[in-house]
Amino acid sequence: MKLNVNGSTHEVDADPATPLLYVLRNDLELNAAKFGCGLGQCGACTVMVDGKAIFSCLTPILLLEGREIKTVEGLGTIDSPGPMQQAFIEEQAAQCGYCIPGMMMRAQALLQSKPDASDAEIQVTLEPNLCRCGTHLRILKAVKRARELMKTAAMTPASGERKV
Amino acid sequence: MKFGRFLTGLGALIVVGVAGVFVYAWRPEIAPIKPPERASFDQALIEHGAKLAAVGNCTACHTNPGGKSFAGGLTIPTPFGTIYSSNITPDAETGIGTWSEAAFQRAMRDGVGRKGEHLYPAFPYDHFTNVSDDDNRALYAFLMTRQPVKATPPPNELPFPLNVRLVLAGWKMLFFRDGAYQADAGQNEEWNRGAYLVNGLGHCGACHTPRNSLGAEKVSLHLAGGEAEGWSAFALNGSSPAPVVWDKDSLYTYLRQGWHPDHGVANGPMGEVTGNLGLLPDSDIRAMSTYIASIMGEPSAERRAKSDKLLEEIKSGPITSAISNDPSSGGKGAAIYKAACAACHENGRPQPFGGLDLRLSSTVHAPDAQNAINMVLYGLPAANGRTSAIMPGFADVLTNDQLNDLLGHLRQHFTDQPAWTDVVQRAADTRNGKYHVSVRPSDGIERGPSNIGAEDQ
Repeated sequence: MKLNVNGSTHEVDADPATPLLYVLRNDLELNAAKFGCGLGQCGACTVMVDGKAIFSCLTPILLLEGREIKTVEGLGTIDSPGPMQQAFIEEQAAQCGYCIPGMMMRAQALLQSKPDASDAEIQVTLEPNLCRCGTHLRILKAVKRARELMKTAAMTPASGERKV
Repeated sequence: MKFGRFLTGLGALIVVGVAGVFVYAWRPEIAPIKPPERASFDQALIEHGAKLAAVGNCTACHTNPGGKSFAGGLTIPTPFGTIYSSNITPDAETGIGTWSEAAFQRAMRDGVGRKGEHLYPAFPYDHFTNVSDDDNRALYAFLMTRQPVKATPPPNELPFPLNVRLVLAGWKMLFFRDGAYQADAGQNEEWNRGAYLVNGLGHCGACHTPRNSLGAEKVSLHLAGGEAEGWSAFALNGSSPAPVVWDKDSLYTYLRQGWHPDHGVANGPMGEVTGNLGLLPDSDIRAMSTYIASIMGEPSAERRAKSDKLLEEIKSGPITSAISNDPSSGGKGAAIYKAACAACHENGRPQPFGGLDLRLSSTVHAPDAQNAINMVLYGLPAANGRTSAIMPGFADVLTNDQLNDLLGHLRQHFTDQPAWTDVVQRAADTRNGKYHVSVRPSDGIERGPSNIGAEDQ
């Protein structure tokens, strides 16, 4: 079946009941999203579908025909990081880094739909994503920085995809 | 002339009628008092009142999630319009600080506010009228010693004539009988205690009894299953949808700890009820269980046999044995279940933290799909600051058609009940807010200012 990931269409040869996470990592070699618990309880596998944050470990690909999937790889590149990635780099928000892609995608989904999300909203929204290292304060700081960067990025499209 | 006399007569009759209604409906104001000092209440009485307030689940309606305790302002959607709960903190200006104990007693017994205004029956005085004077005294002591909060709820949004409180006198005449609980001499003390708690302060029937078109509980269908905050409140009589029959002991366990291995965890608004009951002594929970078990009655031999057989099957192994490995066997619904649900619901982890074996689920066996839709869309949020059962929500993953496929599979695979036919429409109405759904963590009070779990959908 066909899957739309980060703006391009991929033909995938997998059982329709396969969780999206396995297809992303094993078939498409997009390794940002991580396997944590496999139960939708840790958030390491979080990606975006149609602008909303979802647990890819619990989402069979048969649900995703014709829908837009986005992973951290779709937020920017190493040479030209998107505002969310830039903010995490600037705040040095990662310790071991395992939870970070999930954190970024849930934060991205929030700020895309609500560019002026309050600090409290950010904190509540990120609640399903766990970090075992304890870098929560840096992560929150990074998301707040991303909130500002995304506003300027929207005005001067210097990196990543062009925003109109 | 004759006609003129007729008119005069009619006019007089109307005047007398209106005056009669007014006299019938009118209640005097009870003089305001200076908010009493904490020292004027006995500490033991305050503590007793705290337990009673927990039975009454006062906090659930009188606290906005994330707001100050008992400060009111919670949106309560009704079929007639929106009501906002009142501030029952002892603030003199905006709460009940100027209420004397007599005014409080009258509100509980008769549904009348301090100034003589009739109260809307969203405040369940049809139950609270059962509460004894002594218990009301303790409740008063507890509430009058809470932190006063200055907060005025938004005005109710009710159409004419429902916005005229005098109309409520008519409602009361039709549906309300006041008076404290009278013990049933034919039953033992424990049963009577249970009936007093369940039908009085516990106001179980407010959710678990169906209501008529004027919003009053149907007396003939006592505890036969109702509706609350966008959830179906299952029948507590013989028509309970539970696949494993309830008894006194299992009800006790469930109410005491908020979950039972054969029934799963309390969720939706019931999560707050069991959370509250945690404050009660075992004997009171035992009494409530005894009474409810008697309402449920003895199951038929056939029902009992089916229930026993199911428990044997559950014991003999995980459900995987009963499920085909071929995802195409149950179509899309089976494939969704296998990929999205089975990881928790078939992994054999015990309750309350494992997913419930859906063969045991009342929700999947229920007459309507509302609770199943709510659970799948919104899941079970994590509680703040304590361990709790959780389930992720799938609202952003599943379309209504996909949800229909999934529930069709659950219904067909795990129950012997007929398919639900209105899932797509019901799911759409749930998402668009026609059904206002309270999403709450399991088994706990989640109303404190820092709560993160509770939200309204």
